[in-house]
Amino acid sequence: MKILVAVKRVVDFNVKVRVKADQSGVDLANVKMSMNPFDEIAIEEAVRLKEAGIATEVVVISAGPTQCQETLRTALAIGADRAILAETDAELQPLAVAKILKAVCEKEQPQLLIMGKQAIDDDSNQTGQMAAALLGWPQATFASKVVIANGEASVTREVDGGLETIALTLPAVVTTDLRLNEPRYATLPNIMKAKKKPLDVQPVAGMGIDVAPRLKTLKVAEPPKRSGGIKVADVAALVAKLKNEAKVI
Amino acid sequence: MTALVIAEHDNLSLKAATLNTVTAALACSSEVDVLVVGNAAEAVAKAAAQIAGVRKVILVEADFLADQMAEPVAEQIVALAVAYEHVLAPATAHGKNVMPRVAAKLDVAQLTDVIKVVAPDTFERPIYAGSAIATVQTADAKKIITVRTTGFDAAAATGGAGAVEKQDAQAGAGKSRFVSRELTKSDRPELTAAKIIVSGGRGLGSGENFKKVLEPLADKLNAAIGASRAAVDAGFVTNDYQVGQTGKIVAPQLYIAVGISGAIQHLAGMKDSKVIVAINKDPDAPIFEVADYGLVGDLFEAVPELVKAL
Repeated sequence: MKILVAVKRVVDFNVKVRVKADQSGVDLANVKMSMNPFDEIAIEEAVRLKEAGIATEVVVISAGPTQCQETLRTALAIGADRAILAETDAELQPLAVAKILKAVCEKEQPQLLIMGKQAIDDDSNQTGQMAAALLGWPQATFASKVVIANGEASVTREVDGGLETIALTLPAVVTTDLRLNEPRYATLPNIMKAKKKPLDVQPVAGMGIDVAPRLKTLKVAEPPKRSGGIKVADVAALVAKLKNEAKVI
Repeated sequence: MTALVIAEHDNLSLKAATLNTVTAALACSSEVDVLVVGNAAEAVAKAAAQIAGVRKVILVEADFLADQMAEPVAEQIVALAVAYEHVLAPATAHGKNVMPRVAAKLDVAQLTDVIKVVAPDTFERPIYAGSAIATVQTADAKKIITVRTTGFDAAAATGGAGAVEKQDAQAGAGKSRFVSRELTKSDRPELTAAKIIVSGGRGLGSGENFKKVLEPLADKLNAAIGASRAAVDAGFVTNDYQVGQTGKIVAPQLYIAVGISGAIQHLAGMKDSKVIVAINKDPDAPIFEVADYGLVGDLFEAVPELVKAL
């Protein structure tokens, strides 16, 4: 069974992003970029399925500029077998990425498409569901456990009230939540090995897909600042403040 | 044109998140219908018809819709969407699961976690864990939206007089199957609807302490209990307690953060609370930067003392 894992290059989760003074976006100049943390979990899960003898090949794909090759090399170092870069400098929104993934799935014919439930830059939480819809595949979002057996994926999902388990007929799409696994660190020998693994660059322009953005960002602003309050000396002072000043209890 | 709100429910009762979504829908359009997709959900439809401002409720029932799987639910919405310019669902686990599927089937963009309707085609939504607010305009004729409920007041649950209209279900896809559900049973208020939330972090040290320290306080205040990601990852409580960027977004009247340091991902989920109290032994913890009232001290002493003082 082949698994396709989609990964996104995003601002590192430790970076405190700043809004540009002209409100045209956030400042990405000289900012550390990394793999979206949820996608790292997706890669880890695919590699574990291969190590367990369930998957035969793990292919990783990213869509975006040439720098995404670094992100793909990280995925190869974790254990993916080969990589595809759908290359474009254009802005890609979730629907466009879903269309690219559909085209690649039709060519590669994986039984499972895995990716993070959301990217930590635009926080959209859409691409997996959209790809599933376009492919006509079933989906299991927010996965905290994945079991593959008898042509089915049994997936436990983190939902609002607790957990839910569903079974999908393969091929299917799974999006990962935080507690699916703990991704390994790529070791130096594996990072070296990853440099020699195949990485196929395919220009998006040649795919015949309409990737034009549908959403136009008019403005990006700082959120309203919450001013820090005061420190109270003890519990009695806290209770007095809550009763008399804030009047919330 | 009319807006359609997808009701959040469990076939038995209508969830409060639907009310905030109706308010968002009324900001997009003066006419709002509600869609209830489920099975044996007549009571839900009747409750939805009572919401102030709702024109009518469409009820689509079938046994294969009972568990509200994404694939068949999306099919029902897509079939009805032709008559609507805006389709809105609360940005719950269910809404986020289904709405992108609807949008892709309609070949339109989806707008996630909308916090403000600027114009019928222009919306505000947080990005980068709420570190920035983007104003986005869609070029698509249909707007498929998930609504961050803390951004909108709840519509009045009564006062409306909408009719309930039953419609036949579209055939189900059949490639996914519901197996089981383990929901946390609790007599406490629902996290996203609670007026007061007591939330615990890594500082509690163990699941046992989490219960022992926070439950008496929550009982006293009739509060819901939440947790930081660190507490959930450490196994103190289950995932449905998590407040933050990737967990639940809450905005209660009072949020008491106990032993939570205040990572930006956690603040993203609670910083719109009216009053924030932080109890933490580290005076430099970032949680104090957003707290209205900070108490530096040992939570194992401060919280029981607080319970006694209330």
